[in-house]
Amino acid sequence: MRRASLILIPYLWLLALFLVPFLIVFKISLSDTALSIPPYRPQLDFATGWQEIRDFFGHLDFENFTFLTTDDLYWKAYISSLQIAFFSTIFTLLVGYPIAYGMANAPDHWRPTLMMLVILPFWTSFLIRVYSWIGILSNEGYLNQLLLSIGLISEPLHILNTNTAVYIGIVYTYLPFMILPIYSALERLDTSLLEAAEDLGCSRLTAFWLVTVPLSKNGIIAGCFLVFIPALGEFVIPSLLGGSKTLMIGKVLWEEFFNNRDWPVASAVAVILLLILIVPIILFQRNEQKQREADG
Amino acid sequence: MSEKIFEPWNDPNEKPLIQFQNVTKRFGDFVAIDNQSFDIYAQEFFALLGPSGCGKTTLMRMLAGFEAPTTGEILLAGQNMAPIPPNKRAVNMMFQSYALFPHLSVWENIAFGLKRDKMPKPEIEARVDEMLKLTRLEQFAKRKPHQISGGQRQRVALARSLAKAPKLLLLDEPLGALDAKLRQDTQFELMDIQEKTGTTFVIVTHDQEEAMTVASRVAVMDHGHIVQADTPARIYEMPNSVYVADFIGDVTILKGTASPRDGGYDIHFAEGQPALHAKSDIELSKGAACYLAIRPEKIAISADKPEGVANAVQGKILDIAYLGNISTYHVELPTGQVIKTQTANTRRLSRRSFTWEDQVWLSWTDTAGVLLAG
Amino acid sequence: MRRLTWFNTTALTFGFAFLYLPMVLLIAYSFNSSKLVTVWAGFSTKWYGELLHNVAFLDAAWVTLRVAVVSSTIATILGTMAALVLVRAGRFIGRTVFSGMIYAPLVMPEVITGLSLLLLFIGIGLDRGIFTVVLAHATFSMCYVSVVVSSRLATFDRSLEEAALDLGCSQISAFRLVTLPIIAPAVISGWLLAFTLSLDDLVIASFTTGPGATTLPIKIWSAVRLGVSPEINALSTLMISIVAIGVITASLVTKRNSLRRQAEERAAIQT
Repeated sequence: MRRASLILIPYLWLLALFLVPFLIVFKISLSDTALSIPPYRPQLDFATGWQEIRDFFGHLDFENFTFLTTDDLYWKAYISSLQIAFFSTIFTLLVGYPIAYGMANAPDHWRPTLMMLVILPFWTSFLIRVYSWIGILSNEGYLNQLLLSIGLISEPLHILNTNTAVYIGIVYTYLPFMILPIYSALERLDTSLLEAAEDLGCSRLTAFWLVTVPLSKNGIIAGCFLVFIPALGEFVIPSLLGGSKTLMIGKVLWEEFFNNRDWPVASAVAVILLLILIVPIILFQRNEQKQREADG
Repeated sequence: MSEKIFEPWNDPNEKPLIQFQNVTKRFGDFVAIDNQSFDIYAQEFFALLGPSGCGKTTLMRMLAGFEAPTTGEILLAGQNMAPIPPNKRAVNMMFQSYALFPHLSVWENIAFGLKRDKMPKPEIEARVDEMLKLTRLEQFAKRKPHQISGGQRQRVALARSLAKAPKLLLLDEPLGALDAKLRQDTQFELMDIQEKTGTTFVIVTHDQEEAMTVASRVAVMDHGHIVQADTPARIYEMPNSVYVADFIGDVTILKGTASPRDGGYDIHFAEGQPALHAKSDIELSKGAACYLAIRPEKIAISADKPEGVANAVQGKILDIAYLGNISTYHVELPTGQVIKTQTANTRRLSRRSFTWEDQVWLSWTDTAGVLLAG
Repeated sequence: MRRLTWFNTTALTFGFAFLYLPMVLLIAYSFNSSKLVTVWAGFSTKWYGELLHNVAFLDAAWVTLRVAVVSSTIATILGTMAALVLVRAGRFIGRTVFSGMIYAPLVMPEVITGLSLLLLFIGIGLDRGIFTVVLAHATFSMCYVSVVVSSRLATFDRSLEEAALDLGCSQISAFRLVTLPIIAPAVISGWLLAFTLSLDDLVIASFTTGPGATTLPIKIWSAVRLGVSPEINALSTLMISIVAIGVITASLVTKRNSLRRQAEERAAIQT
């Protein structure tokens, strides 16, 4: 009895506020846009009887999804989101791995402090961290001031409101997600393995390639998914740092909803985004599962 | 007046405290306990001994109430325990990990069970002090578990489980986490406390020496069965099976065929070796397969052939293990069998008489070995 | 073979410079007296003064604080229950769906979560305001809490609970007297995580909020869309300082406790 209520309370909460909302999104994505409040048709009203319910299902169609394929704004946004998420994941890995490696090889008494320094940004406001780059990257920003004053450039670089700024923003804000799993994999690495590799004739570099990298593979995979998945649906970074030409699906969805008030299309955009996300999410879960099993 | 020997299991008028009646426990397809019936008497120190996975922990957890028998009944003082949940049983358990509450002091840990019984405060204080005194922990009362040593933690766990004065105390590998030296001291302390409190103890262990030291009776278990339950001396001297003989202590087991002679049997164990002779009560027909189990300390080793003994065989020394007080010799017979023997080292090392490859004679009496049916 | 080679030192120096320079600049320029944020014109604390008189920001901060406290408390209770279900309840019908619903919100894009909750609130005719934001925040934060708490529960020594039962506790009192005090640090960090998530959230709050319930991130958002402003720099500095003080204090306390514990454990072996 107690067990049942322990299960039921969080279960029902999640059903009502997580699963049901999704079904609603799915349903609305199959509805038609209408100039009413709420702005879609048909609306389901169980009070009106069987005929109405049949009509209701009869009115649902894939029109919005067809629309998404015909207007190239959408599929370009998906492609561009995938592209930005993919490359920024690689950049984050390139920046994050050396940091994680440096941390794992730092003296023992430094490591808790370094760890805290990586976690600290995670607790500070995401919005503020993205915002802090506006002052740096703008035409009159600190970066251009610096480069102009040392004479490296004569014209201010135009970085803010471009995809470059979006890449920088994603790498910056998601860096802790990349560092932490790689660090925890590297920290567990038995240093005598590297000594053994060198003893058996490896140079430092080949020992790194043949021992360190394969043994931190799970950390790398986890870190990449932790960056790629949220970056794909990112809204704040492209809106603040990106320009009008920066197409990301999170931004498109937001605009479709708030600016165009086209709820059915916004819902259809969300459904497609979810379908795209399912693959990396499942791969990520499988990787975690494998690691848990490996850890025993 | 001679003191009465404590042997309630031989007294038909004695009522057992715990009765297992045809108890079977299955986990899915796995049979952990296979239709076992046995009794434990009040004030006994009863040891369940066996390798890991033999079912000894399952038996104990059924007594504590954390597992229910699949079939059969467990009676405590004649009452079926099945419907009683663990928190209502007059049975307490000392956990292998000690399970001391890390957020509570030693004093609060010991008082924990008493507080659950809504015992008045002064009584709780008196009882906890008594327990602290019994386990010599008075000066550690205010410490947290991580502030005391392993041996002290073990004593807190014991004090906590004894505080409620249970009818039955279960001890799950109570000394497993202690180092060898401390373990020996603690064994005697456990026996002392058991005697002082008069509580019935059931101990689970895989350490045969520990079981032999502390227990009034030892139940040797294998694959969900109790193979033999008896006093330590009888388990050692009169094992009822090859399994028990092999599990307890060092032993040489020779396989052969039996033929009756002189109230005993001749055992033919190898082509070209004289038959061995052993007195035994067991019934074996001529030619039946049998095992002869001989403890190493019952075998004498000599350079010359001894006269007038029931059994004597010759072989060469294969290995010598010098253990300080005793030495163990592994002697290989020409037919390939290896027999273990032990001698006390009464002489200094430099004057020891045997070395590797020496030809020696091994001899033992006709009552030294135990004859077991094959 | 742990050593600081030139490579490691360089990686750490540049890495942490990258992580912290933007925030350091932000903090430094919050003390700039000029309205032009990127041009230094002397030290001043006037933007902090203006911030304290900006009623709209103060109102938003108050709304955010209330939402965060209430939603993180609900999230902690629900999340702890969910963790108990995940780790302890064994098999039950719909377990896969349940664990899916716990893990999915962690990787769900915020725009989708926000959109779906908004459509739900509209569908059932719930007026949007502080209450709906609390519901939304409690829902996604509880998943984070349950992940934190369940990883603690997974390593929890079950024999402690059995010992409590053995000594006469009921299931509920064993949880209250033994389990909860021991997992308390995880529950507290779960609460703190839920609290910061709620303080931070812009996207979900934007979808689920209504008139009169503007949270601080929404307020900041509408300000920063217009570009850099010295007031926002001042506000950011305050927020970063509070978090930094909190995190540094927490890690110092943890470090001191673990050092003391190690010393006590060493002392215990010697007695």
